[in-house]
Amino acid sequence: MRQLSIALLLALAPSAAFADGEMPQMDFSNPLTLDQVFWMAVIVVVLYLLLSRWGLPQMGKVLENRAAVIARDLAAARAAKQEADRAVALLTATLASARANAQAEVAKAVADAKAEATAKAATLNAALDAKLAEAEVRINAARNAAMAAIKPVAAEAAGSMLVKLTGSAPAHDELIRRVDDALAMRKAA
Amino acid sequence: MAAPTIDALGQFSLTTGLGPIGRAVNFTNSNEAMLAAAVIIVALFAFGLKARALVPGRVQALVEVLYEFVHNMCVDTIGEEGKRFFPLVFTIFSFILLGNLIGLFPYFFAFTSHIAVTLALALFVFLFSTAVGFYVHGFGFLKFFVPAGVPVWLLPLLVPIEIISYLSRPVSLSVRLFANMTAGHVMWEVFAGFMLILTAGFGVFGAVASIIPLGLNVALAALELLVALLQAYVFAILTCLYLHDAVHMH
Repeated sequence: MRQLSIALLLALAPSAAFADGEMPQMDFSNPLTLDQVFWMAVIVVVLYLLLSRWGLPQMGKVLENRAAVIARDLAAARAAKQEADRAVALLTATLASARANAQAEVAKAVADAKAEATAKAATLNAALDAKLAEAEVRINAARNAAMAAIKPVAAEAAGSMLVKLTGSAPAHDELIRRVDDALAMRKAA
Repeated sequence: MAAPTIDALGQFSLTTGLGPIGRAVNFTNSNEAMLAAAVIIVALFAFGLKARALVPGRVQALVEVLYEFVHNMCVDTIGEEGKRFFPLVFTIFSFILLGNLIGLFPYFFAFTSHIAVTLALALFVFLFSTAVGFYVHGFGFLKFFVPAGVPVWLLPLLVPIEIISYLSRPVSLSVRLFANMTAGHVMWEVFAGFMLILTAGFGVFGAVASIIPLGLNVALAALELLVALLQAYVFAILTCLYLHDAVHMH
């Protein structure tokens, strides 16, 4: 309200000072003062029609088009980024699975090799065990043979020693039995 | 030779323009400036719309800046309904802006320094916004003059004040523009005439001394450029404000 009263005062003060017709703006006796308003109305209406029907919608279209292009480009960029992200994820997954496959392969190879080595060692051990057993059998046979062979020699030697000591030959069966006992005792000892 | 005098008001006097045709239909020199303003606006659009480039050139950028400036002003002040009034506000704003700017050039008529012109524009805005108010709210628009939340016994005082305040809108709107433009041009003319008087009165010394009013006029030119832009903006934003009141009632 105060602004308004000041504005009114400002408006009225110069108009009072120039009311004698010195101020062309206040000279309403001049027909041109109001006729300019008529022509202004014509000019402004034509300007309004030109701007509202042609200029402003066209310019609005240009701005809309730009906004649409920017939005489209942004959407494309976003889609490209998503695509890239997907590719990266795929790559990561592929790498991970490849690594896992490779590790499984390596583990399998190691296990296979181990199993093969174990099997080979087992067959080798079996063969060695068989040879060992065979050798033991042979050794036992040889020992038995040697034991069997030593008996008549021992009996003969004991017989000869008895003959030399006593001068009489012992009974053959008795001698054999005694030698057997002696050998058995040694074996037991 | 007669001593020079300061004729500060002669620049506002109306004559007929456009030769004998203009004389026949009372087409004035101020109408010539209006025509120039309108032609410049339309030409700006014609050149600005030539390329319709994604990356605008100078003229297109200028028109785009104007477009978006006024568009934002409408939408920010009036709201979404402001889009419907945008062509009108843009026409008024660009017309006054170009009128103010053209008036800054020597020998060009500043039509916004005529109260008949500004009052006609302000009355149109006033009547139009009032019509919009009644169109949108019917007779409920009269409630606009009853301030909300005041004691009933104050209403007999406040309602007339509101009505007077509303009715004085076209006066303040028109006088603000008219007074600003007139004052600036009168001051220009006074300082320029002062230079002539100094030179005529004091010879070489006066001519040297007149560098002071010349400097003042140069400074005034910057000020007047600001005023020309600002007053066009003020007229447009007040138009938006009145339309906002008409649409929203508060």
